[in-house]
Amino acid sequence: MTELSLHVLDIAQNSVSAGASLIEIEVAIDTRGDRMTISVTDNGKGMDGRTARLAQDPFYTTRTTRKVGLGIPLFKMSALMSGGSFKLEGRPGEGTRIEAVFGYSHIDRLPLGDMAQTMAALIAGSPNIDFVYRLSKDGRDFALDTREMRAVLADIPLSTPEVLEFVRRQIAGASEDIVQT
Amino acid sequence: MKSLAELQALRDKMQAQMGIRREEELSTRIVVGMATCGIAAGARPVLAAFTDEISKRRLTDVAVVQTGCVGICQYEPVVEVYRPGEEKVTYVKMTADKVARVVADHIVNGNVVTEFTIGALK
Repeated sequence: MTELSLHVLDIAQNSVSAGASLIEIEVAIDTRGDRMTISVTDNGKGMDGRTARLAQDPFYTTRTTRKVGLGIPLFKMSALMSGGSFKLEGRPGEGTRIEAVFGYSHIDRLPLGDMAQTMAALIAGSPNIDFVYRLSKDGRDFALDTREMRAVLADIPLSTPEVLEFVRRQIAGASEDIVQT
Repeated sequence: MKSLAELQALRDKMQAQMGIRREEELSTRIVVGMATCGIAAGARPVLAAFTDEISKRRLTDVAVVQTGCVGICQYEPVVEVYRPGEEKVTYVKMTADKVARVVADHIVNGNVVTEFTIGALK
């Protein structure tokens, strides 16, 4: 993966497959602590401690089509490569949470990349699931919550091109305001 | 969330068009592989390009959907096109640049872009 936002897209697909109805994605940058934390939290079917441990192994997968599952191990590798840490916790029946911490100024930290495209792709792919995206840097923050959008949109699906364009514009604007300053 | 007012205006505009849109049935499905392999190979810009192109041309009977790994990871980004009465067409090693041609030639005019398909691989 060339951007952290691509990892987020990949990891959040696991939440979709786990039957989540709400997926919360958070990017928090703390320049004083030189840390960037990315978390993906879902209310899907969850997993037990053993599975959570196994899922970090590239040669473990629940699929039957082939013997590898690289999404989680690659994300973990990206975090560790930047001097960060990685945590995967789940509770059967309650959900799963992944938290990856990155060394913000570390030379091997991948750029965050295009979160606007990632969120648009997720919403387009699963318009019946709710997503929350939070972005913060040193106390300045932004949030997009599809539950609030749904309340306004009424019977118009979130996957409508105009709505996805709105999502992209909101997130791209916020990234420019918050991250690049 | 800020700018919900903007979304409200968007909704009002769309509700006016909604009636027409619902009448139509989706005839074509464009399926983009979005598993780890697809994403790593560049499926996200391909998906975005299809969505943009379909919306720009107002092709309201075309659905762009996502799927997991199709099993040919070495040829990702993989895109499958399903049209009624035709066999499935599998495009491989797609890029955002190739999308406009697939939409114009295949989706709109019904001519498969053979050189981008899996059959053209050697």
